[in-house]
Amino acid sequence: MNHDQFGQLSNWSIVLAAVFYFAAFITHLAEWAAGRTVPADSEGALLGAGEALTAESGASVPVQVTAADRGAERGADDADDVEARVARLSAIGFRLTVVAAALHLIAVVSRGLAADPVRVPWGNMYEFAMTATLVVTIGYLALFKKYALTWLSPIVTGFVLVVLMVDVLILYDPVVELRDALQSPWLIIHVISAIIATGAFTLGGMASALYLIKDRWLRKHEGELPTRGYLARVPSLLQLDRFAYRTHAFAFPVWTFAALITGPIWAQAAWGRYWGWDPKEVWAFITWVVYAAYLHARATAGWKGKAAAIVALIGLATLWFNFVGINFFFGNGSQHSYA
Amino acid sequence: MSTTSLEGPPAYGAEPRPDPGPAPLAPLEFLRWTWRQLTSMRTALILLFLLALAAVPGSVVPQESVDPLRVIQWKDQHSTLTPIYENLGLFSVYESTWFSAVYILLMISLVGCILPRTKVYWKAMRARPPRLPRNLARLPAHRTFSTDAAPEDVLDRAGRALRGYRQDTTTDDAGGSVSAEKGYLREAGNLLFHVSVVIVLVGFAFGSLLGFKGGVIVVTGGSFGNNLAQYDDFDPGALFSPKQLKPFFFTVKDFDVTFIKEGRETGMAHKFSAGLDYQASPDQPTEHTRISVNHPLKVDGTNVYLIGHGYAPVVTVRDAAGKKVFSGPVIFLPEDSTFRSFGVIKVPEGTPKQLGFEGEFYPTYAFTMETGPFTAFPEDKNPALSMAVYAGDLGLDSGVPQSIYALDKEKLTKITDDAGKPVRVDLQLGNTVTLPDQLGSITFDRVDKFVKLQISHNPGGWIALSGVVLALIGLLGSLFIRPRRIWVSVRRQDGRTLVEVAGLDRSAGGDLAGEIDELAQQLEEKA
Ligand code: HEM
Repeated sequence: MNHDQFGQLSNWSIVLAAVFYFAAFITHLAEWAAGRTVPADSEGALLGAGEALTAESGASVPVQVTAADRGAERGADDADDVEARVARLSAIGFRLTVVAAALHLIAVVSRGLAADPVRVPWGNMYEFAMTATLVVTIGYLALFKKYALTWLSPIVTGFVLVVLMVDVLILYDPVVELRDALQSPWLIIHVISAIIATGAFTLGGMASALYLIKDRWLRKHEGELPTRGYLARVPSLLQLDRFAYRTHAFAFPVWTFAALITGPIWAQAAWGRYWGWDPKEVWAFITWVVYAAYLHARATAGWKGKAAAIVALIGLATLWFNFVGINFFFGNGSQHSYA
Repeated sequence: MSTTSLEGPPAYGAEPRPDPGPAPLAPLEFLRWTWRQLTSMRTALILLFLLALAAVPGSVVPQESVDPLRVIQWKDQHSTLTPIYENLGLFSVYESTWFSAVYILLMISLVGCILPRTKVYWKAMRARPPRLPRNLARLPAHRTFSTDAAPEDVLDRAGRALRGYRQDTTTDDAGGSVSAEKGYLREAGNLLFHVSVVIVLVGFAFGSLLGFKGGVIVVTGGSFGNNLAQYDDFDPGALFSPKQLKPFFFTVKDFDVTFIKEGRETGMAHKFSAGLDYQASPDQPTEHTRISVNHPLKVDGTNVYLIGHGYAPVVTVRDAAGKKVFSGPVIFLPEDSTFRSFGVIKVPEGTPKQLGFEGEFYPTYAFTMETGPFTAFPEDKNPALSMAVYAGDLGLDSGVPQSIYALDKEKLTKITDDAGKPVRVDLQLGNTVTLPDQLGSITFDRVDKFVKLQISHNPGGWIALSGVVLALIGLLGSLFIRPRRIWVSVRRQDGRTLVEVAGLDRSAGGDLAGEIDELAQQLEEKA
């Protein structure tokens, strides 16, 4: 295939990937709709630790038990039918997502092959967003089993779908050669680590957001557990917090590497200074500091749980702002204003 | 389970002290209280937030150390805000007192935090694993089973299964116990991380004390000798002395640029490079090199980077009699990525009054009624100048240094035509316009290009960078080594051996249930 054909392949695969994400998203919505009528967990795995969490974050509400461990034994009879359907839909949605991810991967790779000379596919916002969403999907698929992520399925598929739509409709750019500043081996390392970290932070942020939603629900209902609907299937606060922590703990060193090691090395090679407080650098630094604060918050009395989750979301906001906002608001003020 | 903490007791150093409570009045007590406040986790957290917040304005307001030319332009456009911003240090946020105050406090807090934690860690390193807790069942991960094996055998096996742990085994008549602990390096990693943050700052300080960074704009054909007078802007470290400048010299021979012609990035400059003839010192031979964005000229520990470019239209001004009073390239600074550029021409002598021109340069001039004049493309395909004309006193003799990119209009008046309308000279390449009132004429001869170079010397860079690398190593240890304690208790009861296995994961995201299950299984199977 020649470069143009690879470009075509990339464009078609991404659209097809979006179609599969859409199908997966609909399937997962159907999964939740099917599960609505039945208590998520007849027995309820008693984890109890959610209690400590809410108490720590300053609520006087006694949360007795917080549990929706889907792996736990469930009640028998009629609920079984529905549960079987829910499980089947969940599996279908998962497989659709796998197909979508494969197409998505093809789109990213062929985008790189489409350029002449062949290059890494991270030259502009279109490519950056395309790759970052792929990282979100792959992260989700990889952790699906280990953390029983069924509760995250509609959120991940919906999120990736929306971002891809925006990407294709608004940010699309024909393939061009890399700009001068981007032609450095450090670019490859710098940008891929920034993308991986962005994907992982995003995944962690989803868990933190759900944490806040569930926490609010529990406070409002005086600690009574949700028995029906989506929230009932979202795991306990403890588990949400743990999942969020693990993804953030993975992303943070990667971000450190991207923003504070390879970034400066590249900047030194390109512009003659390791660190120049260019708007993009300023916000990368802000993101880093806020996530450091998140890791601290999780170890500080009075900040565990809810406050930490809020800090994590602030971190995510600064991260995305850096990606989207800087380009649009500060434009040519930044030496980085390409991606 | 009614622990107040999410994950069991915190790791070694975290929250080592209780809340210091309200401030005491005795001076010594008060000092101690202040110190404790400053070095508490909560203060560290708040200082981190303050640091993030304090960094924001520097991304909104142009910064002296990032782009001094934009600062000048910004100040021109915002006359009321400028003095306020200047007082707040908003044009150099990262050198301002308030920004420094935040990070210095954070550093003090950090050191005050590292020292006691190192002491605690030092002791913990050499301590034996904690004795068997009285009630193992209260631990988050816990298993019990009974077996026919002899207590000694079970203990023996537990010892082997827990290889890699620091272990203490005790035995008595009724059985015995194993206490085991591992993951001591986590806290070491965490301390290494925090120490490295200090190293990074030291590297930064070192660089900003001894290094320098300067910018210069050179028109093609022009040259640069490395001494202070030749720099347009120069940002030395506090301990820098001009003697450190190496005596190199170069001439910018040519400059090449291609602009992207299609796609959303149309008009973006692409593949630009400048040819330089340089001498490392006056007695060295001349060499030729090309510099481009990722490929600086490295000479004698100093690097010369190509960081920008633009147009320098060449104009000639003549007096009413036709005598040349000014001729040469004038740097017009690009205002945006279309390379519409802004500049001024100052003609201090030769004409009855001093003359000043101020206006735009359009590389590919185009015009519509809606937009007015604009440039259709950044390449100089149809270059044009459009400037207002001023006459009077340029203010060059006032003793105050002037920017070459702005007119001091205090003693200048705008030239108007007979109808009283301000005169604009609009020049296509090669055109000449005659000015009213016998002021002479101006000709647009040619377009030259200029390059914006950054010349810098960064002695502390590698210290900061090694600091960050060490920080990353420490961070990985701190986040991924999971310190844990495991206890196995074995008791003879009613003719059987009752075995209890329990564990405590002391890392922030930990959950030992799996490991404890596995260990219990191992002991049970072999029993
Ligand atoms: C320059 C400022 C600082 C930065 C960037 C920073 C960053 C971090 C990061 C990223 C972590 C996460 C590593 C982990 O969870 O093991 C951490 C943990 C920690 N930091 Fe800091 N820190 C700073 C200042 C401080 C100060 C001033 C203190 C003392 C009050 C402190 C005490 C701690 C403690 C005790 C932990 C371990 C928490 C745990 O057990 O999870 N840090 N810090």
